[in-house]
Amino acid sequence: MSAPRLTLDQIGYRYGDLPVLENISMAVQPGEFVSILGPSGSGKSTLFRLLTCAITTDIGAIAFDGKPLAEAGRPFAFMPQRDALMPWRKIIDNTTLGLEVQGMRRAVARERVAPLFAEFGLAGFEQNYPAELSGGMRQRAALLRTVVQDKPMLLLDEPFGALDALTRAGMQRWLEGMWAQHRWTAMLVTHDVREAVHLSDRIYLLSPRPAKVIREIEIDLPRPRGRDAATQVRAAAIEADILETLLKPDPDHSGSSPTRSFAAE
Amino acid sequence: MSFSQSQSGRIAVQMISHIRHALPAVLAVGSLVLIWEAYAHFSGVSPTTLPAPSRVLAQAYEYRQALLDNAIPTLRATLTGFALSLIAAFLLSIIVDFVPRLKRALFPVLIISQTLPLVAIAPLIVLWFGFGLLPKILLVALVTFFPMLVALSKGYEATEPELEQLLASMGAPRWKLFWLARLPSSLPFFFAGLRISITYAVVGAIFAEYAGAAKGLGIYMLNAKNNFRPDLVLAAVLVSAALTLCLFAAAVLAERLAMPWTRRTSTGGPIR
Ligand SMILES: Nc1ncnc2c1ncn2[C@@H]1O[C@H](COP(=O)(O)OP(=O)(O)O)[C@@H](O)[C@H]1O
Ligand SMILES: [Mg+2]
Repeated sequence: MSAPRLTLDQIGYRYGDLPVLENISMAVQPGEFVSILGPSGSGKSTLFRLLTCAITTDIGAIAFDGKPLAEAGRPFAFMPQRDALMPWRKIIDNTTLGLEVQGMRRAVARERVAPLFAEFGLAGFEQNYPAELSGGMRQRAALLRTVVQDKPMLLLDEPFGALDALTRAGMQRWLEGMWAQHRWTAMLVTHDVREAVHLSDRIYLLSPRPAKVIREIEIDLPRPRGRDAATQVRAAAIEADILETLLKPDPDHSGSSPTRSFAAE
Repeated sequence: MSFSQSQSGRIAVQMISHIRHALPAVLAVGSLVLIWEAYAHFSGVSPTTLPAPSRVLAQAYEYRQALLDNAIPTLRATLTGFALSLIAAFLLSIIVDFVPRLKRALFPVLIISQTLPLVAIAPLIVLWFGFGLLPKILLVALVTFFPMLVALSKGYEATEPELEQLLASMGAPRWKLFWLARLPSSLPFFFAGLRISITYAVVGAIFAEYAGAAKGLGIYMLNAKNNFRPDLVLAAVLVSAALTLCLFAAAVLAERLAMPWTRRTSTGGPIR
């Protein structure tokens, strides 16, 4: 195995008196798609807040390409939980946001992004405002805004959490195809078991808050996934296994309800 | 942007729905005016106490030159005062957004300034600053500055936290965050404040003139009242109402021009 790009070593974090992350250790290899799967409110977004330096912690260490995160020069392109498109910017100008922040002139940034619109299923919508697009298209625009930043690694926080089931399934299939072509190094946060199994090379399962890694699962299903019956059966078995782990009563939390909500926030 | 047939059709439908929307208000105002007219004619009340609306209109037409001569200084005071107030509120809102501690120090003082009764303040300001343009500008600024400052500050704070986190993750410094996210986020709040403040601004200017001026709708109303001409007072009120409505409409128009994304919201096809 090559040297990992991202390593988290025994990370801990608390909001005041509220412990949110405990002893989290993870690693992501180059070109690997890793998912973090856990119940709502367990601390997944908090983990991304640490990675994007919105918050910092003294407990544990985060390294990117062997360097401490603070010296790694913002290696992540981040896609927040809601699409966070700016309603006042046309789609084309939303997708160039990261490049503009980096100091690129708007016209140059537009030229750079425009050829990608077809691939992202957004051709012809460059001059529309976000409110004029469907949910799926908005998510694709947000993802385009993320990948054009050309950062070493993507952080996707529940990118499809707000979509209806059918649109979501379509988007998962589309994202898998995109990933197969581009081989981004990516970390996906989700509470959708199917999504995690469908997209990931590896999954970290988190416990309810305070989040600990309760299991690490390698998904060695052939890609593209979910197209043939044999893979579907194996995927379903993995999904059932994961659900079993996540729903089983936690010995650390005896007395709490054995079933936990996986509903969207 | 193509102006297709479907688009013009949609605008026609919108206009009809606007008219339908306004109909009850128009009917209500219309019947009130009719009742007033009938009362003035048949109750035997003297026109120097309650003139009929028709008389007010006739006198407004008769004295149109005087009314116009007095409306222009009022408009000038309103616009100058409001423009200065806007600039000051905008600059201070930025400073306060970057130095929150300043905000906590300043806002209580500004709230107190809003509790001062206009009736008491207007004569004092005229006493201190004379009959010229300056006291009017000051009074207009006094009634509009704080509402605009609050609207802008609230608008900055309404920025989506996800958006701020996104920009921070891109490495945007604080001023870029302000320019790219906080300022545009404040636009709806700014324009809501603008629409209200512009009507206060006219009231402020008229109050200042009422307390002492060479020309203006305020002093015109005062003189008409002292000459037992309630019809001319009401004619001046009519002019000031028309003035206010025009300014309000200008604010709405500015809002539409500044925020084009709020107009096209239906999930339509691509725009070529
Ligand atoms: N700024 C904050 N201050 C205090 N508590 C917070 C804050 N942000 C999140 N939390 C709490 O931390 C926990 C984890 O939040 P989050 O990381 O957003 O969860 P997830 O993304 O897994 O749903 C939640 O219980 C939430 O209430
Ligand atoms: Mg979250």
